[in-house]
Amino acid sequence: MDWQAFAVSLRLASITTAILLCIAVPLAALLVLGRGRWIAAVEALTTLPMVLPPTVLGFFLLVLLGPRTAFGRAIAALIGHPLAFSFSGLVVGSVIYSLPFAVQPLVAGFAAVDTSLVDAARLLGAGPARVVSSVFMPLADRSLLSAIVLTFLHTIGEFGVVLMLGGDIPGATRTLSIVLYNQVESFDYFAANRTAAVLLAMSVAALVLVYASVQNRGSARRA
Amino acid sequence: MQACKTAGARAVLELALETRRGSFRLQVDCKIPAPWTIVFGPSGAGKTTLLRLLAGLDQPHHGAPVAGRVVLDRLVLTDTAKGIWRAPGHRRIAFVTQQPSLFPHLTAAENVAYGLRGADRASRTARVGEALELVGATSLSALHPRNLSGGQAQRIALARALATNPRLLLLDEPFSALDGVASDALLTKLQAWLRTRNVQAVMATHDVSDALATSADVLQVREGQLAAQGPAAEVLAADRNRLLGRLRPV
Repeated sequence: MDWQAFAVSLRLASITTAILLCIAVPLAALLVLGRGRWIAAVEALTTLPMVLPPTVLGFFLLVLLGPRTAFGRAIAALIGHPLAFSFSGLVVGSVIYSLPFAVQPLVAGFAAVDTSLVDAARLLGAGPARVVSSVFMPLADRSLLSAIVLTFLHTIGEFGVVLMLGGDIPGATRTLSIVLYNQVESFDYFAANRTAAVLLAMSVAALVLVYASVQNRGSARRA
Repeated sequence: MQACKTAGARAVLELALETRRGSFRLQVDCKIPAPWTIVFGPSGAGKTTLLRLLAGLDQPHHGAPVAGRVVLDRLVLTDTAKGIWRAPGHRRIAFVTQQPSLFPHLTAAENVAYGLRGADRASRTARVGEALELVGATSLSALHPRNLSGGQAQRIALARALATNPRLLLLDEPFSALDGVASDALLTKLQAWLRTRNVQAVMATHDVSDALATSADVLQVREGQLAAQGPAAEVLAADRNRLLGRLRPV
């Protein structure tokens, strides 16, 4: 078992999930509360990474963040190294790639909140931030949990973007998915089985956590 | 716009509003000087739409086109010609609807305190207590909305609105879940409370007995148009006679 890759995967998934929560909550609230034609454009852009092949997204990011573009060179000058083939670059790629998996459950959860509660909060002086923190978040807590788990697992299992953008640098960009790929490529099926089992166990454990939480809340509400 | 103004009286609330939703068109232009005014009309006449526009819930540039002006105590709340639109929470208008819309994750007391964010703890506690006592719901303060009956929830919603010290109270059939005796008692207490604090109230109803019981001024709305305005006994004379006719012993 490649524990170094395991640690990189966990670190990448945790940081990506934390960043995405900060972005996805206000973005989902904007998509639910906002009006106007530009909302559809924002929603389309948010969903794009879900339908774009990961290798295509990885390739675009590789070019954008590499030394071929002014943007990539500016970033390199700013942080002292290019974002491509670095852990920071992987984080950027993962945040973009997993964005729809964080936003979509939140949009569904926020949109399911009774609009009369939003009206009541606005009449009582709540601005958009307070509507989100005091009405949307407590009432859509299951959607929040789903967004966290989906984002985390999606990042753990990410392969195309990681390989294109990060390459295979041990301790920096080599994740469990890359390790699994390398093991299969070298016909080490025994090691591949173990790596795949770890990824599977993590996914099942996270989903059990979500469904147990949903069930517990359901029982508490029925009581 | 159709004008229907009460001459000689000092106007507190002035409105001239026009909006369109599909084939429905609401057009109301009047001054409301009375401390207690009933917006009377059948279902679908535009009563709720009118109250929502007054409360600022339907923004002029969002969704349906809205044009017009709302002035409360010389303070312009909406003026679409000048691009003025005050947000609902900054109008000093409270709005209680038939659906209580209590926050389900908060207790009754927390619901009432929701609009008192800027107040200090002691003042907040006092205002919550006073509002709950007024609506006869002090004993319900620790309960969550799921444990309240429809009538109890409507009492809490009213307390939540009153706790914010509004200048104008909008009521859209807010006592529909209360029985007649409880509704009358609450209405009497509410009117006395509003009088002492000089709070103007506008209540929408399609029930002629509600309109007649409160000796209010009446705005009669039909198909989105202001049909009449004046004392209830005059504007609703025909409805009153029809009601009395139904009450005659057989």
